[in-house]
Amino acid sequence: MNPKAILDWFEARLGLQATLGPTLSHTVPQSAKWWYVFGSMTMLLFMTQIMTGICLALVYVPSADEAFASLEYLNYDQQMGWFLRALHVWGSHLMIAMMTIHMIQVFLFGAFKYPRELTWIVGVLLFFCTLGMGFTGQVLRWDQDAYWGMGVGMSMAGRLPVIGPGLVQFVLGGPIIGGESLSRFFTLHVFVIPGSLIALIGVHLLLVIKCGVNEHPTPGVLVDKATYRENYEREVHKRGMPFFPNAAGRDMIACGTTLTLLFVCAVLFGPAGPNGEPNPMLIDTAPRPDIWFQSLFAVLALLPPYMETFLILTFPGLAIAVLFLLPFLSGDGEKHWRRRPISVLLLSILCISLGSLTYLAYQAPWSPVMNAWRAMPTPVQYVKGRSPLQLQGALIVQNKQCRNCHALDGLGGRRGPALDGVGGRLNGDQIIRQVIQGGGNMPAYGKHLSPADTTAVAAFLLSLHNNWEHEDAAGYSTVPRN
Amino acid sequence: MPERFDYRQAPDPAQLGPGPTPEPSRRGFLFWMGATINAIAALLISIPVIGYLLSPFKIGGSQQWVSLGKLSDFPERQTRLGKYVNPFTTPWDGYTANTPCWVKRETGDTFTVFAINCTHLGCPVRWFPESSLFMCPCHGGVYYADGSHAAGPPPRGLYTYETRIRNGALEVKAGRLPTLQQTP
Repeated sequence: MNPKAILDWFEARLGLQATLGPTLSHTVPQSAKWWYVFGSMTMLLFMTQIMTGICLALVYVPSADEAFASLEYLNYDQQMGWFLRALHVWGSHLMIAMMTIHMIQVFLFGAFKYPRELTWIVGVLLFFCTLGMGFTGQVLRWDQDAYWGMGVGMSMAGRLPVIGPGLVQFVLGGPIIGGESLSRFFTLHVFVIPGSLIALIGVHLLLVIKCGVNEHPTPGVLVDKATYRENYEREVHKRGMPFFPNAAGRDMIACGTTLTLLFVCAVLFGPAGPNGEPNPMLIDTAPRPDIWFQSLFAVLALLPPYMETFLILTFPGLAIAVLFLLPFLSGDGEKHWRRRPISVLLLSILCISLGSLTYLAYQAPWSPVMNAWRAMPTPVQYVKGRSPLQLQGALIVQNKQCRNCHALDGLGGRRGPALDGVGGRLNGDQIIRQVIQGGGNMPAYGKHLSPADTTAVAAFLLSLHNNWEHEDAAGYSTVPRN
Repeated sequence: MPERFDYRQAPDPAQLGPGPTPEPSRRGFLFWMGATINAIAALLISIPVIGYLLSPFKIGGSQQWVSLGKLSDFPERQTRLGKYVNPFTTPWDGYTANTPCWVKRETGDTFTVFAINCTHLGCPVRWFPESSLFMCPCHGGVYYADGSHAAGPPPRGLYTYETRIRNGALEVKAGRLPTLQQTP
């Protein structure tokens, strides 16, 4: 039997060529070039996520008691377990990255405009489902970050009026974080959200076929709802190319590159965590979210308290509403980014804001450095040649955890201003007032320092000058000369 | 060998003409009958399923008194890390069945028990006896020894538990993740 006969046998029953053939070879505009590959890359990464996810589920135990041990087992005992975990976590990072680029491209090329409004809306849903996969996946990595991260998420949800407390209870599967909470996040991550993603991707692709691939925009060519479809059909008919094999070549190269990148990332950087067993009694921990939620982490540190609850509750809804309404707010007209300055400006502001916030979140200057007071040395130049009283002050600055928030010579917290040179900024009375009364986001130490301690601290701090300030008001040097 | 069905000799459906069609009233009856049976069956199945899904709401209704340990575990004028076992647990909770809290004993039998969770976003606050401050590692919330807000973004002081003493043991009323609208 020759292969052709076998193929024909299947074709006679399945009719694949008849149904899928036109779909695969649907004509796309000739102008669809390298910018158009990111959707395929995202979908490819989703498929690898499903496959690596299934592999991980063979070993992972979604039980609060045993999940951590099964992750350690995957990392250290299971053959190639570390590699599967690495593929899954880097696949997730790459998938969100490619999806974001895809979304930016669609926005800049005006592809969300008539008649592709629904394609965009389904895409927005896909975006939020994928972020949901990111958050729930981080919880399945059942470590300290997951345990407390879940608490952070619930603290936000708990602020919702009326339904907040009930929602917390519903998501956690009980009034407090425990076994059911992990099971619920497992169910979301493995069944509910992936199922929704598969369904939505189906609709998204159907819409791509039905409404056509967006042509590369030309400045000055406007979208007119009355004539667009007709023109598009004519142009694509005249100058289009079949998706398969013509345009698919670029997608295949991009997908191959993505897979290679995924392999390289997984091999070079390995799996993520788990970081510390999820024992709530181990409170010496500083929970941090994964990279895609770092900007949110930063915003929550920087917002003024009076607007915080309002923004936590309204901003996500507002963002979703704006994204949904976008194709209706600007559904026709100019497509090319060169003629859409406001769109480009808004996108730039968004990217720069999110980028800066993510960068800031990794610096986290607002977080006290919890071990600075006992782990970081007092710089030698600040103790050399000092009087006993000043040395006593240096000791108190160290022992009273001042350095958890105040750096000396670049070491220590950055919640408050660095203390180098504080003697040049404040006089003795001002220093004593600040220490005793606090203020400007500093706690008052009045109750916890004796007058003698306060005097010593002030003496030490007054001796901290910048190098060009050599003498204090009384005329004697406070900086030892070398 | 069975005789093969030759589709070329099968009658053309177009030539056969319309088959016997039930009169409209019976067709309508069957349709509505089918719809009704499906609706009843769906209701029968979905009510218990919804009850199953909403069950978490039920167990949180009441909080319970749980023990933090003997009074002598907590020296006077000190703040120590306490631990209690959640009143609502499953056998597979593991470590997560435990919840930490800060127990502050004044003199005698006066206790204040603070929730571990920062009132800002629920991260675990740490006690520093040297400076008598609670500090949060996430966004820099700071509280004084009495739990009141000292610095940073928290909107209020630390959450406190209701306490009582039974048979020489300190007990707290617990069983809820503290959030702004619901203290423990």
